[in-house]
Amino acid sequence: MSDKQWVMVVDAAKCEACYNCFLAVKDEHIGNDFPGYCAPMPLHGQNWVEIRHKHRGTAPVVTAHSIPVMCNQCEDAPCLRAARDGAMYRRPDGIVMIDPVKAKGQRSLVKSCPYGHIHWNEELELPQKWNFDAHLLDQGWTRTRGEQVCGTGALTSMKVSAAELAALRSRDDLEVLEPQFRTTPRIFYKNLHLMTKSFIAGTVVAVVNGVEDCAEGRVVVLSQDGQEVARATTDAFGEFMVDGLAPNSGIYDIGLAEGAGALCRCELKDDSLYVGVLTASA
Amino acid sequence: MLLKMKMLGLVQAFRLGAKINRDFALRLKEKTLIVQLSVLDVREHRYIEFRGGKLYSRHKQHPAPDITVKFKTEAVAHKLMNPKQDYRFMIHAMKNFMVDIDGPDDQAFWFMETMQKLLRVHLKYGEDMGNGVRRYVSNNNGGPVHVYVRDDRILRITPIEFTAEDAASWTITARGKALTPPRQTTVPPHVMTAKSLVYSKDRLLYPMKRVDFDPDGDRNIQNRGTSDYVRISWEEAIALVAGEIKRVKKTYGPGALAFTHSAHQNFGNVNYLLSSAFRFFNLLGFTKVHSNPQSWEGWYWGAVHHYGHTMRLGQGEVFGQVEDILKNTDMIVFWSSDPEATNGCYGGLEGTIRRMWAKELGIEFVHIDPYFNETAALMGGKWIAPRPGTDPALAQAICHVWIEEDLYDKWYVENRTTGFAQWADHIMGRDDGTPKTPEWAEAETGVPARDIRALARKWGKSKTYLGAGGFGNTFGGACRGATGTQWARMMVILMGMQGYGRPGVNFGNLQGGTPIDFNFWFPGYAEGGISGDLAFTANGAINYQQIPHIMTMNNVRQQIPRMQFPEAIFEGKARGWPTDVAGIHSQFAPIGYPLPGNAPIRMIYKFGGSQFGTQCNSNRWVKTYLNEGIEFVVNQSVYMEGEAKFADIVLPACSAYERFDISEWAQAGGYAPQYPTQLNHRVVTLQHKCIEPLGESKSDYAIFNEIAKELGLSMIYSEGMDELGWCKRIFEGSDLSQLTSWSKFLKKGYFVVPAPREDQRAPTAYSWYYEGRKKDVPEMQPLPADYTEKFLHELQPISGKFEFVPKTLEMADDPDRPPVNRYIPSWEGTATKDLLAKYPLQMVSAHPRYSFHTHADGKDSTINDIAVHRNLVDGHYYLQMRINPQDAAERGLKDGDLLRAYNDRGEVIFACKISPRVMRGVVHTYESSAVYQPLGKPGESTDIGGCANQLTNHRSQIRGGSAMAPNACLVQIEPWTGAVASLSLQAVQTQLEAVK
Repeated sequence: MSDKQWVMVVDAAKCEACYNCFLAVKDEHIGNDFPGYCAPMPLHGQNWVEIRHKHRGTAPVVTAHSIPVMCNQCEDAPCLRAARDGAMYRRPDGIVMIDPVKAKGQRSLVKSCPYGHIHWNEELELPQKWNFDAHLLDQGWTRTRGEQVCGTGALTSMKVSAAELAALRSRDDLEVLEPQFRTTPRIFYKNLHLMTKSFIAGTVVAVVNGVEDCAEGRVVVLSQDGQEVARATTDAFGEFMVDGLAPNSGIYDIGLAEGAGALCRCELKDDSLYVGVLTASA
Repeated sequence: MLLKMKMLGLVQAFRLGAKINRDFALRLKEKTLIVQLSVLDVREHRYIEFRGGKLYSRHKQHPAPDITVKFKTEAVAHKLMNPKQDYRFMIHAMKNFMVDIDGPDDQAFWFMETMQKLLRVHLKYGEDMGNGVRRYVSNNNGGPVHVYVRDDRILRITPIEFTAEDAASWTITARGKALTPPRQTTVPPHVMTAKSLVYSKDRLLYPMKRVDFDPDGDRNIQNRGTSDYVRISWEEAIALVAGEIKRVKKTYGPGALAFTHSAHQNFGNVNYLLSSAFRFFNLLGFTKVHSNPQSWEGWYWGAVHHYGHTMRLGQGEVFGQVEDILKNTDMIVFWSSDPEATNGCYGGLEGTIRRMWAKELGIEFVHIDPYFNETAALMGGKWIAPRPGTDPALAQAICHVWIEEDLYDKWYVENRTTGFAQWADHIMGRDDGTPKTPEWAEAETGVPARDIRALARKWGKSKTYLGAGGFGNTFGGACRGATGTQWARMMVILMGMQGYGRPGVNFGNLQGGTPIDFNFWFPGYAEGGISGDLAFTANGAINYQQIPHIMTMNNVRQQIPRMQFPEAIFEGKARGWPTDVAGIHSQFAPIGYPLPGNAPIRMIYKFGGSQFGTQCNSNRWVKTYLNEGIEFVVNQSVYMEGEAKFADIVLPACSAYERFDISEWAQAGGYAPQYPTQLNHRVVTLQHKCIEPLGESKSDYAIFNEIAKELGLSMIYSEGMDELGWCKRIFEGSDLSQLTSWSKFLKKGYFVVPAPREDQRAPTAYSWYYEGRKKDVPEMQPLPADYTEKFLHELQPISGKFEFVPKTLEMADDPDRPPVNRYIPSWEGTATKDLLAKYPLQMVSAHPRYSFHTHADGKDSTINDIAVHRNLVDGHYYLQMRINPQDAAERGLKDGDLLRAYNDRGEVIFACKISPRVMRGVVHTYESSAVYQPLGKPGESTDIGGCANQLTNHRSQIRGGSAMAPNACLVQIEPWTGAVASLSLQAVQTQLEAVK
């Protein structure tokens, strides 16, 4: 038997919130019973794949990203520990399953998931969740339904060994959601900073002969307590952006490189920051 | 002798068919019927008696047959009794009385359909997937799908994954990369809701009658929209509808019947509006409610005068842009262009992968839109947000920079265009004293002058594509505002100055222009399907010759422009301009209502989705139904929603998954040719009947046929064909029959049309014009008559060149379309100060992202769970409206609050979403709500359904054309604490009851 197990990699830079994966899972489970795998999903109210949105900044520099969030198929899943009478189990291929018969009535499983991705089916008195389309993989499907309908390639499921996973994680800087939960999730996110970190952006202009123009190609330095944090070059519209900063990380100084002048001082709070129009010497 | 054997053979074939096919055996049990076959010249007679599933036949004349099929001659009988039918001959024989059927329509049609079923007894369709699951193929407004079915219930709906058996995909090599699309169809979100739509609780399962409608007594017209419905039988429903058609025609003449419809229906070349419905109504005679070019407006009424393309409603050439961009282009400017939200039209998510490639290749992007749209969010790049409706000023300032700094294609302007000097005079202010500088534009648009200069310089110095509108060279957004014609004209003027057709410089946003086969012909729906309509479809161009069918013709000449349909009813008159694609000048010929000799409209037959969500100032549409002059309303619909609730009789149509049809993905044809150029693969589908129709619903084709039977029209309407019979006829007449067999296609359900070899791809759009050679892009337009010097060597405008100052507009004298495209501020926007003081927010109601017009919206489908579409508040799914954080704060609005958007035309309740993606002074939502739910008297009260179009102005963009302008709309919003906000939906309904 192979020691490979399923993982899913979600690229936050590629998710465009089309909701196709969200809808495909509903299509798969609403009104459909898959004995041994999963009981039907209610028509409304349960999003086994949930789309999270993050809007950052203010006009004219705004970003809007999103990611699907679902059962993380955790290796060290609290739900597995909370389940009684074999109601939950982890398959050799890594998929975490809720037994739709044995789990009946075990409402406590809902609370056991720190990610909020076990849902209570009131009518069936059953905890339910996304099971990585295990019933389809067992029929020979090579990818999940969400992946099949994704237009950008934001979702990639694969069966990998521990070594392959480690290599992948370091190559693509993969992260998991809320690592502090320490559940060892097997849904990984690429470019997650687009959802979790902040940017500082601004517009550099210069006035020549009384006409204000966007200053292109200026190197802007972002520093904190006199230490350079990052630098960025302005584009044709004079805009610069430094991304990946920790929210609420305090006061930053913005200036032009090579001592060409300080531009402004700002504080990064909860939200990303567009500092406005900064005038540089021509 | 041979004839005798053929007639006998037919009987034997029936018996054999019943033996090998259980369904066919059951079919034969349906009726007790005596069919007489008679060949008159040789006096050969055979009758066949169907009784209890058994056949009795004698070679003689029956004394009392139910139906008689009469062949005039032996030769005719021979030809028509061939299993392989020559349809051209068949209709020739019918028209010249060489063949005829006597007897009741329902029996005649039953016999004819049984004959077709006989020819199919050996055929199978779909694929056995094991465990009692069969997989079928269907198609829709988004993309072809596989439909998994178990026990006559849809299990799942997925995109189609191609196999090694399907044709290879194309590859574009650009900047060192070989780019080839995924081997599958893609689908947009509304298709992923399809199963929940089939099983929606709002499905109409039975014919319904308004409880207080009595055709022989009190019709209670005033109760339309409030009264309940009661289930009736099909017999009663058809008798009622056919009875009313007869009564109205007999009393007033056919002009008193108005046929209105939505713009999009359930896909399929047989069941479609421009197919069965047009055929049926032409056979009745009716007053046409003529559609304006709703999503093209500014392009059709404006841009065509500069660069032509009337036959694509103003959309330009769509060839080769994908390869050109990927190889040659530095930057794409998306101007009011959000293909990630709208997917062109019917385009799945096909363009997305190509835009991802462009990003990988380092192509830069600019997005001009008051809303930081989905494409901007995915692709990144500079966001420029002009105040809605001011875009033409922004574009003029770009021209100013180009002229001042010498950043345009002077060679092109000199050799390929006319009128530039006059245009330049206007831009530089030499004619009116106002130079259209970036500073001038900043005051108007709110876009900083420095950004305009930066954009103009970058654009002028690099190879730039302009993606204008959703498709890249047409559709939606800014072309649907008061300045829509000005904007679309500016879009082509900008590219006229940049010399479009030069490598890397053209119109497009990677939504159109894939290297597919343009020579393979499969009919699109606007080619008229089986309509026989030569006047209002493109049937006459190719379809009618390839797929011969009986021509049909409406006998009523009066037409009502759709935008003024309510006024036609209220005021008894309406005037407007039709969408006439023949030439540029042809758009100036008006249409009107009434015409002498016609009665006012007395009956409305409504087909398709609700118009309350799509037509401007739609409270007028609601009130139309309450007009006492409208004696009868019938609505043929899949769902009990919106307008259907205003009918006297509702006829339940089934979904596309419950009937046979045939179609090519995204193939519209006619006024929208080459739409599959959005796709990575051309895919033709045989739309399987995946499940039996739910309840007593029937296909649209069958419903019309049922009514036709009552009117004795069934044999002309149907030509004796059922839907699958028509599918086969369409297949045989199309080029598909050259590449695969009917049985294979029927079984498999789809066919991928091979992409042409690289050296046989269509040339890049307009490269012929730029380079001055004979036109070599594969498009059959404009008409030969529109060339003024040499066929295939010119553009469509009179000069044969790109006209900066169009001659047709010089002759037209429309104050709203001056020949020099002056900037005229919107008649409802930031320049209308008094109105702005009262209603300070501009509402942009975009084409929806998650639904397709009213398709998939509401209906209790899974779309309701999409939190960026509708929000559940106290038991009701409110449509979302997005608002800038500062505008929200000023009004004390929080995320998730209910808000009341209102102006003098109406008020609609939305769920509030606070978003930095919306510029200040603007609110953003989607048009095309399927739900209309007034809290009080219909047409005069608050709507919680989300019909944003209750608020929009029905004024035409221009005085000389019918051009809707929903994106010129001022509103005020405030938190809504209406009683209902805190009540359950049940309470809303109780309140509604009280209002009744």
